[in-house]
Amino acid sequence: MSPGGGIIYDAALKLKPEDVGRPDVNLYPVPYLDVLIGALKESGHEHELSKYQVMTNTVAFGASAALIDFDFDLVAEAIKEGFTGRKAALGELNVKAAQNGYDYVRKNFHDDFAYKLHSLPTKQKRMVIRGVQAVGIAKFRAGCSFQTYYPITPATDESEYLENHQKDYNIVVVQTEDEISAILMATGAAHAGVRAATSTSGPGFSLMAEGLGWAGHTEAPGPIIILYQRTGPSTGLPTRTEQGDMQFVLHAGHGEFPRMAIAPGDTMECFYDTFDAFNYADRFQMPVIVVADKFLASTYRTVEIPNISDLKIDRGQIVSETDLKENVPFKRYAFTPLGVSPRTTPGTRNGIFHTTGDEHDEFGSITENSENRIKMMQKRMRKLELAAEAIPNSKKVNFFGPPKADVTLVGWGSTKGAILDAMQDLEADAIRCNFLQVRYLSPFPTALVSKYLSSSKQKVLVECNYTGQLGALIREHTGIAMDRKVLKFNGRPLSQNEVYEGVKDAIKNGMKEVVMAHA
Amino acid sequence: MLELKDFRTKVHNDWCPGCGDFGILNAIQMALFELKLEPHNVAIFSGIGCSGKTPHFVNTYGFHTLHGRALPIATGAKLANRDLTVVAVGGDGDGYGIGAGHFLHAGRRNLDFTYVVHDNQVYGLTKGQSSPTLPKGERTKSMPAPAIVEGINPIATAISSGYTFVARSYALDVRHLKEILKAAILHKGSALVDVLQTCPTYNDINTKEWYAGADLPSKSPRLYKLEEKGYDGVVKDPNNSGEVTEKKIQAIVNSFEWGDKIPIGVFYKIEEPTFEEMIETRMPTYKTTTLVKQDVLNRNVDPLFQYLT
Repeated sequence: MSPGGGIIYDAALKLKPEDVGRPDVNLYPVPYLDVLIGALKESGHEHELSKYQVMTNTVAFGASAALIDFDFDLVAEAIKEGFTGRKAALGELNVKAAQNGYDYVRKNFHDDFAYKLHSLPTKQKRMVIRGVQAVGIAKFRAGCSFQTYYPITPATDESEYLENHQKDYNIVVVQTEDEISAILMATGAAHAGVRAATSTSGPGFSLMAEGLGWAGHTEAPGPIIILYQRTGPSTGLPTRTEQGDMQFVLHAGHGEFPRMAIAPGDTMECFYDTFDAFNYADRFQMPVIVVADKFLASTYRTVEIPNISDLKIDRGQIVSETDLKENVPFKRYAFTPLGVSPRTTPGTRNGIFHTTGDEHDEFGSITENSENRIKMMQKRMRKLELAAEAIPNSKKVNFFGPPKADVTLVGWGSTKGAILDAMQDLEADAIRCNFLQVRYLSPFPTALVSKYLSSSKQKVLVECNYTGQLGALIREHTGIAMDRKVLKFNGRPLSQNEVYEGVKDAIKNGMKEVVMAHA
Repeated sequence: MLELKDFRTKVHNDWCPGCGDFGILNAIQMALFELKLEPHNVAIFSGIGCSGKTPHFVNTYGFHTLHGRALPIATGAKLANRDLTVVAVGGDGDGYGIGAGHFLHAGRRNLDFTYVVHDNQVYGLTKGQSSPTLPKGERTKSMPAPAIVEGINPIATAISSGYTFVARSYALDVRHLKEILKAAILHKGSALVDVLQTCPTYNDINTKEWYAGADLPSKSPRLYKLEEKGYDGVVKDPNNSGEVTEKKIQAIVNSFEWGDKIPIGVFYKIEEPTFEEMIETRMPTYKTTTLVKQDVLNRNVDPLFQYLT
């Protein structure tokens, strides 16, 4: 505890200051039960103490708010939000308990606590949003009308969010029998012309590997797979976070086929990357995986409402009935200079096509012809190069800090916030940093990453996994190796302090690898 | 004016001579033609196996999917565009083995689609291993030893898992099969048509001659039509739970008749709300406009942001 901090505790403990052993810390004994009894009496519930004893928590909550001089109206509002409908009366009772706790502190202690929390005057309304909500709203905005899922932590929250708004936004949400079905149902829907998605975490994504290959091979315009990584392998630490699935995402499925993988670093990047994923899936006819994690999924952030008026939907090359001729078989897999074949959707007259997981010709008929095989492989894989050209550089990576620095921090995904915060601390310690955040994992932004890293003096990889998967990916594509690694794989998110301590340890003590362990 | 040939393609067919698949393929094409469906409004989905190639030979939209996975893909496509007539085909290994989970749950949803299973008791494409429907103790010619596990009963399984139209037919009786397929396609809900089929290459037990009863003293065909013995599997009042249970039990009992006599025909049929109709109860626009034609590209999400302020 920081010097000058305070401890609010139950006065019934009869704690003596010398027992605490911290003369620099303020003690605030509050008789929780007595305060609660008072509140119950005033509300006519004095005979129901045993039923309401749990509300001593609320007394303590009110007491804390008083200590930091927090606006009680906001406290009351927050409590009432938790008790709606039939529970509203219970909410009022809780507000009363909090109020009495609040008043007790005001009445009995000097107003000399050094830490205060006042609301900031804001010009713009801000929202409190979680990753699963940002993804959900992006799906609505992108025109996604089909979502599948199999219940799994922490991805299910997103599907439930979509289902809660099903009536207003006209989306079909299907709970499937397993994740094999989830990805394939979404792929079938994508082939049939709707924007389709599924969400899961590692164990579910493992089951999706087979379907991912079929989607890639048949050049389906999707689906979008939101992967909320959690601590693996197997069941791992099922409710905790990790960045352990990146290499799996890039290689899942047998054989070689194109896929895109985007890694958002914060809540609003979850929104924008999900929106973009649908456009790219349609344009390049391949599955797109948004690689988020438990931390991004569940963490509440206060952010400004984004201006999204410039978001444009691009459904790629769709051939309509008027462009088709009778008795001319449609080439669903036509060889084109860029690799993308214009598509029809089932129900389109004269647009009939066959598709297959076997190697096929331009009509989608099975063939083992050698020349065709080479051309089809090249056609499919070339679409990744096309995608690489289409994605703006500003989206492929983020680069923060001065162009020249002592240390370049390299990371991806949800560690972004901790790394950005720690940069100031390192700067204060005379360690001048910049930070390369890789956002596109496939197609990999080789030229950009090379550019930023080739001029870097010392590269420190910061990741939440055991092996340093981004480091391996960067080396695979650019030949550039990381100098040092700060890693964490205990399931807990990386904190600002840990980045600061880890990077400092790595630099000052010349450590090749530092493993962080804050719980 | 559509002709039968409009449902055929020019794709080369490499099934073995005499394969039951030909009868099933012909029956599918005839059923679609006789129902006056337009080819572009039909989509056929298949898994992996000899039967998996079926969509390539039918001039409709065709999806040759993964082993055991035709049903999830078909379900996604049907839900995206309920105006399509969706037919899934697959083998017994495909549907009752590797795809068994999907088989159960597709029935449970009562999606409006038809599932045609080529049931020949062997994995033909991989050279004749026993499939999930091969009875215990049977040994086809490429098996090193007789099967030591019991075969499953597709009819009984389908009824228990919620299919609302459950029938059996025979690949070499194309006329019967065609009529059953037409009824299955017209049925509003999940329809299973289990098609007994010969595999002249690998199944040397359940041959054309065996089905014809050549080995029986009576020399009379093993297959007989359920209706010939006055059987009626149609539930008259779906709200009468007593009748529903009775009809289900009757169907299951009859589905276990296997040996000198094997019944074909409609075992069970009931009118229940489809999955699509159930979705309508949550999402009214689903009834009026097929999903793929709904305008979803201009949604205003501002209220969702505002709600979080």
